[in-house]
Amino acid sequence: MSSGLAIETQDLRKTYRVGKVEVPALRGADLQVRAGEFLAIVGPSGSGKSTLFHIIGGLTPPTSGRVRVAGLDLASLTDAGRTNLRKKTVGFVFQKFNLLPNLTAHDNIAVARYIAGANGPFSKDFAEILRLLGIDNRLDHKPNALSGGEQQRVAIARAIVNHPAILLADEPTGNLDTGNSKAVLEILRDLNERLGQTILMITHNPEAASFAHRTIRMRDGRIIDAG
Amino acid sequence: MTAKLVIENLKNKPMRSLLSFLLIGVPVTLILTLVGLSTGMLNDSKARAEGIGADLLVRASSTQAGISLSADSVPEKFVNYFRTKVPHVKLAMGVINHGIDFPLGITGIDQDDFNVMTGGFTYLSGQHGLRNSDDLLVDEPYARQKKLRLGQTVTLLNHDWHFVGIIGGGKLARLVVPLRTLQSVTPEATGKVTNIYLKLDDPKNSDQVEQFIRENTSLKVNTMEEITAAFTVNSLPGLAEFTYVVMGIGVVIGFAVVCLSMYMAVLQRTREIGILKAIGGSNSFILRIILVEAIVLGVGGTVFGILLSFGAWWLIHTLVPSSLQMVIVPLWWPIAGAITLVGAGLGALYPGLSAARHDPIEALAYE
Repeated sequence: MSSGLAIETQDLRKTYRVGKVEVPALRGADLQVRAGEFLAIVGPSGSGKSTLFHIIGGLTPPTSGRVRVAGLDLASLTDAGRTNLRKKTVGFVFQKFNLLPNLTAHDNIAVARYIAGANGPFSKDFAEILRLLGIDNRLDHKPNALSGGEQQRVAIARAIVNHPAILLADEPTGNLDTGNSKAVLEILRDLNERLGQTILMITHNPEAASFAHRTIRMRDGRIIDAG
Repeated sequence: MTAKLVIENLKNKPMRSLLSFLLIGVPVTLILTLVGLSTGMLNDSKARAEGIGADLLVRASSTQAGISLSADSVPEKFVNYFRTKVPHVKLAMGVINHGIDFPLGITGIDQDDFNVMTGGFTYLSGQHGLRNSDDLLVDEPYARQKKLRLGQTVTLLNHDWHFVGIIGGGKLARLVVPLRTLQSVTPEATGKVTNIYLKLDDPKNSDQVEQFIRENTSLKVNTMEEITAAFTVNSLPGLAEFTYVVMGIGVVIGFAVVCLSMYMAVLQRTREIGILKAIGGSNSFILRIILVEAIVLGVGGTVFGILLSFGAWWLIHTLVPSSLQMVIVPLWWPIAGAITLVGAGLGALYPGLSAARHDPIEALAYE
């Protein structure tokens, strides 16, 4: 991997098998993301955005091609290796927030720390981040007592609590109203600017993409515009 | 954090958790009730045998059980024979037992012999001793179970008895009538007794007396220590095996309940499992959560089962205090718990492994 690159893919391919039919989702994607970059990926449904997101996040292995994330060659990782990648190296923010409904906001964040092997109270720095996210006084509430915007901010806090090298956000504003969308995008940009957090964001929304440093476009499993 | 995840999961579905506790608790209750009943009834029989105060028991040679309920065993002439011919015998008392309503029996005694042998009954109310040929004494649990009132007529063995007094337990029998009358009520028992109890001048002479009886009669003789020692679970044919069967059923029910409960839980929590895997939860972490939850269900079910066994004890003690004697046996709580946990652990394995193998992307897409 070239020096300073957080993510690098070469001829990345992924083919899903649906019954006896093979469905190519990625057909040779080449991507380079610098450390500290805020990158948006846009494209129509079925263009391969989510598959790229899943492979970079270690949720599924590629069929072929190379993919390096924070210096790790994901193609050679076992299932356990990809699990370790998800513990500390990447953090996820999903469109549907994906908080554990039975746990409070605090415990939703704490469980990610616990899985990564950390225990005890949050650090002062992280407590400050919680304050910046505006959820420091909402931590004792369960997701069903939080607004969509608050839930997504808890999800962002959970994604960055282990100081991941890369934050992956899949349509983070897809379930939010305009005001909350803007707030979440500003938070992401703030995290990128303050902490140097590398962010890769999938979105359909051009306004959301405008918050990123660079926007790449995908179609039919390929990157057609590297921005 | 694992404990918190498990507890919150259980709290989130309280009805599922309660039903699981209940269903897991039922076999625990079955096991504890069975053990409590067998222990209680054996202890009761043992205490009543010990309360007689005899040194030796003589029965017909064919007698198998610790206490015979048959009414045609030993010719009564042997009572006098033991009194007069057998050295070291201080007292000999013949009694006749007759089953009335299993496991209950009625016992015919000679009141004078009984008083000398045992020191007599403790009388709780009513008449002291059998004075007339149709008198009936019963112990307090039987009187309570049958709601008997002093002075009323009680028909047993097609004979009308006059209920005259309530005796304390722990000596020979629950229902006592005159020996002669009981012999006449059951014609085949005329001139016979079921058991002959012997009191010796010195218990150290037991061996000598036993040897004498064996050499000079065809009767079976045992020390009372041997008789009371035989009141164990293993001495009752089939009881130990039946207990093992109930324990096996406990494991199977625990397995089935936990397997079904956790399988449903895993299905309902597919998305949550996907979330945990997305944030780095390993397969073993997911499996651990499921297993810990199953163990909590098993422990909760065991506690529930123990509480239910107290309910069973109360019901038995209230409704059939004379027919059945149940005791609480805390020694068996960990055994019943271990049986349940084995079932619960086995039952959680399949859903746990299934959850651990969930593909995170598919799990996250689960609605």
